[in-house]
Amino acid sequence: MNRLARRKLVSALMFGLTGICTLLTISSLFFILGYLLWHGIRSINLEFFTQLPKPPGEVGGGMANAIAGSAEIIFLATFIGMPVGFLAGVYLSEYGEDKFSFVVRYATDLLNGVPSIVIGIFAYALVVVPLGHFSILAGSVALSVIFIPIAVRTSEQFLQDVPHAFREAALALGAPKWKAIATAVVPAAFSALATGMLLAVARIAGETAPLLFTSFNNQFWSLSPNQPSASLPVMIFTYAISPYRDWHRQAWAAGLVLLALVLFINVSARLLLPRRVFK
Amino acid sequence: MSYTRPARMSVERPLATARVLVSGDRIAYLITFLFAAGVLLLTALVLYELISASSLSRAKFGWSFAFTQLWNPVTGEFGALPFMYGTVVTSLVALIIAAPLGLGCAIFLSELAPPRASGALRFVVELLAAVPSVIYGLLALFVLTPLLRHPVEPWLKEWFGFLPIFQGPAYGVGFLAAGLVLAIMVIPFITSVSREALLAVPRDQKEAALGLGATRWEATWNVALPYARSGIAGSIFLALARALAETMAVTMVIGNDPKIRSSLFAPGYSIAAVIANEFTEAITNLHISALVELGLVLFVITVIMNGLGRLFMLATGRTGSIRA
Amino acid sequence: MLFLLLLGGCGQGGTSNGSEDGGRLLINGAGATFPYPIYSKWFNEYHKLHPTIAINYQSIGSGGGIRQLLSGTVDFGASDMPVTTQLLAQASTKILHFPTVLGADVPTYNLPGISQGLHFTPEALAGVFLGTIKKWNDPQLARLNPGLNLPAHEIVIVHRSDGSGTTFVWTDYLSKVSPEWKSQVGASTSVNWPTGLGAKGNEGVSGLVQQTPYSLGYVELIYALQNKLGYGIVRNAAGKFVKPDLNSVTAAAAGMVANMPADFRVSITNAPGANAYPISSFTWMLIPASISNPAKRDAIKNFLNWMLTDGQTMVQSLDYAPLPDQVKSKELAQISETR
Repeated sequence: MNRLARRKLVSALMFGLTGICTLLTISSLFFILGYLLWHGIRSINLEFFTQLPKPPGEVGGGMANAIAGSAEIIFLATFIGMPVGFLAGVYLSEYGEDKFSFVVRYATDLLNGVPSIVIGIFAYALVVVPLGHFSILAGSVALSVIFIPIAVRTSEQFLQDVPHAFREAALALGAPKWKAIATAVVPAAFSALATGMLLAVARIAGETAPLLFTSFNNQFWSLSPNQPSASLPVMIFTYAISPYRDWHRQAWAAGLVLLALVLFINVSARLLLPRRVFK
Repeated sequence: MSYTRPARMSVERPLATARVLVSGDRIAYLITFLFAAGVLLLTALVLYELISASSLSRAKFGWSFAFTQLWNPVTGEFGALPFMYGTVVTSLVALIIAAPLGLGCAIFLSELAPPRASGALRFVVELLAAVPSVIYGLLALFVLTPLLRHPVEPWLKEWFGFLPIFQGPAYGVGFLAAGLVLAIMVIPFITSVSREALLAVPRDQKEAALGLGATRWEATWNVALPYARSGIAGSIFLALARALAETMAVTMVIGNDPKIRSSLFAPGYSIAAVIANEFTEAITNLHISALVELGLVLFVITVIMNGLGRLFMLATGRTGSIRA
Repeated sequence: MLFLLLLGGCGQGGTSNGSEDGGRLLINGAGATFPYPIYSKWFNEYHKLHPTIAINYQSIGSGGGIRQLLSGTVDFGASDMPVTTQLLAQASTKILHFPTVLGADVPTYNLPGISQGLHFTPEALAGVFLGTIKKWNDPQLARLNPGLNLPAHEIVIVHRSDGSGTTFVWTDYLSKVSPEWKSQVGASTSVNWPTGLGAKGNEGVSGLVQQTPYSLGYVELIYALQNKLGYGIVRNAAGKFVKPDLNSVTAAAAGMVANMPADFRVSITNAPGANAYPISSFTWMLIPASISNPAKRDAIKNFLNWMLTDGQTMVQSLDYAPLPDQVKSKELAQISETR
């Protein structure tokens, strides 16, 4: 074989290898989904969604309180995090050229990098100990600390992506700056902003570590923000490391529900985002 | 401002000044400023809590905390070394596996795949990053560890047992299990950022190489990759930062034993895992403080890794995808 | 800012540690995994009898029970290790110990093909956990189990990774029977294990043993029974090999009942008596002596009353031993100390 043919062969082989890498990576997602479906789907029934958990060793029961608890924790965390993230993002995008903004951006990046377990420690010290009990609120505070940096960064980025022409047109029509932002810039970036928020929600929906010492766990219904509550991720963890086969079965079902939720939010967010903004 | 004011705004000066002072602009500025300051305050508060809650341990152990191997709650001797070791080893194993795979993926997606397929494939890869950690842990515990226990680890022991990293009994759980699950978790980060870096390589560079008679692979390997190397390095640091901080999946399969061992088959411990296991149960103030200090150590390490990652990525002039 | 508003609003709506939630009283407790199956059953049954009272108990380990109680983040704790005198002195409020059940810490294992109870001596157990006995077919174990074909495989030790009363009972026993263990490791809820894998809770240990062939761990009896794991027969102080069950655990307590201290803090490991199982223990609910919320206080006191009377009839079905009568009557008297 002459040199050229050999080099061409190497080229084909190497690209083939990269194709295999991609195949392996793609198939792992499908494997995860498929495995969860296979093991979880049989346990997805009415009992799973409506019953409370049973004591260890007893067969049956469900995760109704965990699903409701997760929903409440996520909702509350978004309720806290969304305005903070959005408004801080507006500041950075529209007013932020000075040193203060530089420090805020750096702090946001710093906050984004805090490991989630460390955020759990923070929320424990800030909310659980002073209040004297574990609570959904503490869990939401912990999750909002994860939510906020993502919301700030995506809000700033998508607002800045709006062309200056929008701002200038509004100002030229006589609007004060705040009105220009509110009526011209924000609506233009609206679907992108919504996407950023949705991605942040998807991120916090799957978090377990910060909930371990904040919202804790609860075998009963618990809808008050002032009380500990079960949550899907914590239940999955608790059930998975246990020896009870019935609990394992329910852990797979819960995993399937959680994964479906997270993937659904992610897919919706991508579909929502207009193509030209999304690189 | 060079536009003509509408009639209704031509009023006397005092009223105009008053309007400006309480105008919507001022309020808007103040509100958004307050929230931005709030974020700054939040970060400062997190740092403050970490530093103050770890003060007992820092005062007692000083710098030797980082070099002590012993973690003994009974006698009150605490050292971070086994956890730092476990954190680093599992992350290293993860990177050694994920970097070639992720880079291979990135090359395929940027150079070879047709544009429409590339978008869809890329989306699938990024979905991997969205899978919650506890689900990775679930699969690692029930699928990966039995596989490792038999046949993977015995096979490795048989063929590569002369290496100290492949010696010792095969438990299934251990450094290798944790490293493998971390690898799958960080591949999407390496892929997405490396792909951006590769796409940023100017076409004329590649075409010049092709024009000189290089094969497509040679153009990629000798021209595109070196050009994109800071972006790729950045992706590796970001992936590292993610792997170091990972809690749930690791704590479910690392074996939870605070010892430093040379074999990958052995059980170990990571910083995040020990905090997750012991934080609600540490009784003495010193124990709690030592755990918070571990959290502080982890925070500092991830900040450095993230910082390096961003520094490298800035060198390419791109900021990567939303996720990064 | 919103967060502070919410905080204020919630603060008014509820009292600390348990709030009126639509007419329902929520009480939070946390602690030992050792008695978790029976506690879980008790609180479930109690809730059926009193639908307005929900007692939420989370098994996070005895260390966690003690710590959260001392931090004031739960209404009551639970532990298989009596709170040390030092910690009691440090606590901001007086803590009362209420024994609830008697249980057994058993050596549980996963040996393919071997289902009956392996025999262990105290020295053998210490050796295995110290790491000096490394393989299943070690002469020290083979000698105790003639007729069983023990495999030439490494013993995979599984211990607790969290602060555990079950660990305290186990290490307390090993410290009493092995001077080497006592000097090298000691007894506590959290020790520096010479060898082994760590798992969270009795649940985690039994889960890991179940998954890992050739493993050996220590769990409360019910966990081995519920999950059909093999468990061992241990030689007691009198020299007899005793199977852990209701009778042998009750026998272990019988010797100590006469000398039960007023605060109920006692260890019954390595108890005298021909039929005593040597690794038995009481487990306690830790109740603060002063509870500010009157509704919670009454609910807890009523529960304790119920637990010491009707509750005791349920324990045997989960293979825990009920409390001796003398202990029960003394406890019923202690309930009034909670104000």
